[in-house]
Amino acid sequence: MIKNKKLLLPVSALALALMTSAAAADTKLNALFMSQAAYSEEDVKAMVTTFEENNSGITVELEFVPYEALHDKIITSAAAGDSGYDVVLYDVVWPAEFAEGGFLTDLTSRVPKNVGNKIFDGAWTTVTYNDRIYGMPWILDTKYLFFNRELLAQAGIETPPTTWAEVMEQSRILKDKGVVEYPLVWSWSQSEAMICDYTTLVAANGGHFFKDGKPAFDQGGARAAIDYMVTSLNDGLTNPASTEYFEEDVRRVFSNGEAAFAMNWTYMNALVNDPTESKVAGKVGVMPAPGVEGISTASAVNGSMGLGIPSNSPHQDEAWALISYLTSKNVQENYAKLSLPVWKDSYTVTSVTNGQEELVTAASKAIAVMSPRPVVPAYTEVSNILQKHLHSILLGQESTDDALADAAKRVSRIR
Amino acid sequence: MIIKKSLEKWVLLSPALVVLGLVTLVPFVQTLWLSFTDTRITAISKPISWIGLENYIYALTDPDFIEALGRTMYFTLTSVGAEGILGVGVALLLNQKFPGRNILRVLIILPWAVPTIVNAVMWRLIYHPEYGALNSMLWQMGIITEYQSWLGDPDRALNMIIFADVWKNFPLVAYIALAALQTVPADLLQASRIEGAGPWRRFRTITLPWIFGPLLVVLILRTIEAFRVFDIVYVMTRGGPSDSTKTASFFVYQEYFSYLRSGSGASYAVLLAAISAVLITIYYIGARRQVQG
Repeated sequence: MIKNKKLLLPVSALALALMTSAAAADTKLNALFMSQAAYSEEDVKAMVTTFEENNSGITVELEFVPYEALHDKIITSAAAGDSGYDVVLYDVVWPAEFAEGGFLTDLTSRVPKNVGNKIFDGAWTTVTYNDRIYGMPWILDTKYLFFNRELLAQAGIETPPTTWAEVMEQSRILKDKGVVEYPLVWSWSQSEAMICDYTTLVAANGGHFFKDGKPAFDQGGARAAIDYMVTSLNDGLTNPASTEYFEEDVRRVFSNGEAAFAMNWTYMNALVNDPTESKVAGKVGVMPAPGVEGISTASAVNGSMGLGIPSNSPHQDEAWALISYLTSKNVQENYAKLSLPVWKDSYTVTSVTNGQEELVTAASKAIAVMSPRPVVPAYTEVSNILQKHLHSILLGQESTDDALADAAKRVSRIR
Repeated sequence: MIIKKSLEKWVLLSPALVVLGLVTLVPFVQTLWLSFTDTRITAISKPISWIGLENYIYALTDPDFIEALGRTMYFTLTSVGAEGILGVGVALLLNQKFPGRNILRVLIILPWAVPTIVNAVMWRLIYHPEYGALNSMLWQMGIITEYQSWLGDPDRALNMIIFADVWKNFPLVAYIALAALQTVPADLLQASRIEGAGPWRRFRTITLPWIFGPLLVVLILRTIEAFRVFDIVYVMTRGGPSDSTKTASFFVYQEYFSYLRSGSGASYAVLLAAISAVLITIYYIGARRQVQG
C-alpha cells in the first residue's frame, strides 16, 4: 500500500508508461493456414515458434481450416476490420479475384528485386496478377503419379508407365491378374481436388479450358481428359469410391496397398514412406504425371500456394516479417519433406534431396511443365460449375455431351 | 386525458418497438434494397448502381436454382411430415403408463439436444462407406452383401440427410405433442369408449383436434427451419454429389461469400423468405379451416 499520496501519481504514471510500451511492442498476428496436404500443422507451428523466438514482441495466433473453407474465410475476414487476419495462405487460382476486389495488399515494392529469378516462374504466378505481386510463393506443389513397385512386380510389369495410355494398360493387367481389385485411386469428390486431377489430364492431352474467351472444355484435349476418367471408372480400373475421395482418402487407400497408382501432392511422398503411417513404406515410386503420346511427355497442374497480407491488416510490417521468414530459403530447406521449396537452388542442396531423390527428380521435371487453371476473376464460379457437371458425368447422371454443353452454357451466364 | 392515455401506451411500447425495428426491420429493408443493386463484396469502395429486377430475373431463370427449390421443397415436406407422424406416435406411446416411462421421456429428448453440426458429423461417420456403423450393421444382419456408399450416390444422398434430420428433430415434435396430450380430458375419451368408439376413431375425432393447435405451431416452426436448411447439408455433403443435395440456401451463401455478389445473394434470400411466408400462410389457412371445422 502506498501511504504517501504524493508518490502515487508518479508511480501510477510510471506503471502506465510501462504498460503502454509493452503494448506497443506486443503485436499479435492472426494467421490463416490450411490443414490439408503440403506442410503439416506441426511443421507450421514449429516454424512459427522459431519466428516468435527470434522476434520478441510478436506473437502469432494460428488458425488451420480445410482447403474448402479457406477462400470464404479470407473474404469474410475483410469485414472484420482491425481484428481480421494479418497473414493468409491462398491458392494459385484466387489472386485475380482477390486483386480485383482489393482484398490483398499489393506487395510489389516489398519483394526484394534480386529474388525474382531465384524462384521458379510457376511459383511466381501464384501471387502475381497484372504484373503486380500480392505476396510470396510458399508452397510449390503439383500432383505426382505414385506407384506401388511391389504390386507392379507381382503383375510382371517391369517399367512404370510413360504415358496415360500405359497407365490404363498396366492397370488392366493388374486387375486381370487379380493383383489388386482397383489399381487406380484419385480424389474425384465434387471439389477443387477433382479439378486438379482433371487439369493434369487436360494438360497431358493438350486441351484448354477456354479458347478465345469461350468455354472449350467440350472439345479436343479437354474432352479426351474426361473420356479417360469415365473409361477408367466404367472398366473398373479406378476405385469407384474415388468420386467421394479427397487427398487424404487417396493417401489412406494407397498406404493400405489397395491401389497400384495414385495421384497426389508432394506431401504424400514422405507419409507413404513412413512405416508408422503406411503399410507400403519403401515400396513406393514417384514420377511426374505422364503425358500422351505425340502430345506431351509429362503433365502437371500448378497447385502452388502463396502467403499474402489482407488489406485490412493493421500490422503490415510484422506480417511481412513473418512471410519473409516462412518463405526464406533456409526455413523451406529445413522443412522440405512435405513441401518442396520455391527456390531453384534448393533442389541441389543435400538436406532437401537426401532420402527423397526420386521425388526431387520428379519435381524438376514436373515444375517445368506445370499448367495453370484458368486465370479469371470468376474462377471460383467456373470451377464450381465444372465440378458439378464433371461429377455428374463420373456418376453416370448425365451423358458427357449434355453435361459439357450445360457447363458451357452456365459458364457463359456468369456475370 | 384520452390523448395522455394513448401517448402513455406508445411510451410504454417504444422500447420493444425500437428493439424490434433494429433487429428485424432495418436489416430487412437493407436486404431488400441490396437485392435491387449490383453490390459486390470488395475491400475497396466501388459505385453501387440500382439495377431493378435484374437479380430476381437472373435467379428465377437459373435452372439450377429452380431445381434446388424443388429439392428444398422435397426436403421440407418429407422431413417435417416424418417428424410429425413419428413425433405424435412417440408422444402417444409416452403418454401411456408403463414402468420406466420417465426414463424414456428423458432419453427421447437427447437427439434434439445434440447441436446440428455435431449431429451432422456423427451421421457422416455412421454413413461412412468403409468404416461406417450403418454398413457394418446392415452387413452383419445380412441385409446388404457389400458396403454401400450412402452419401456418395446422388439418388439417395438427400434421403440419407433427411433421415439424419428427422432423427434429430422429431423429439421436439414429440415433446410438444406429449404436453398437449396431457391436456386431453380423460372423461371425454372414457365417454367415447363407452359409446363404442375404437382407438383410431377416438384419436381422429378427439385427440388429434385437441392437440392440433400446439402441433401446428411446432410444425410451422419446423417448416421454416427445414426450408432454410443449410448447416446439416453443408457438413454432411457440401451440396454434392453432383449437386444432388444442394438446397436453396446454398445459393444465398454461394452468391454472397463464394462469388461475392452481395446484391444477387440478397435477392435469393428475399425469394426464400417470400416462399417461406407462402408456406406459413397455407398452414394458417389450413389451421383456421380445421378449427372452424
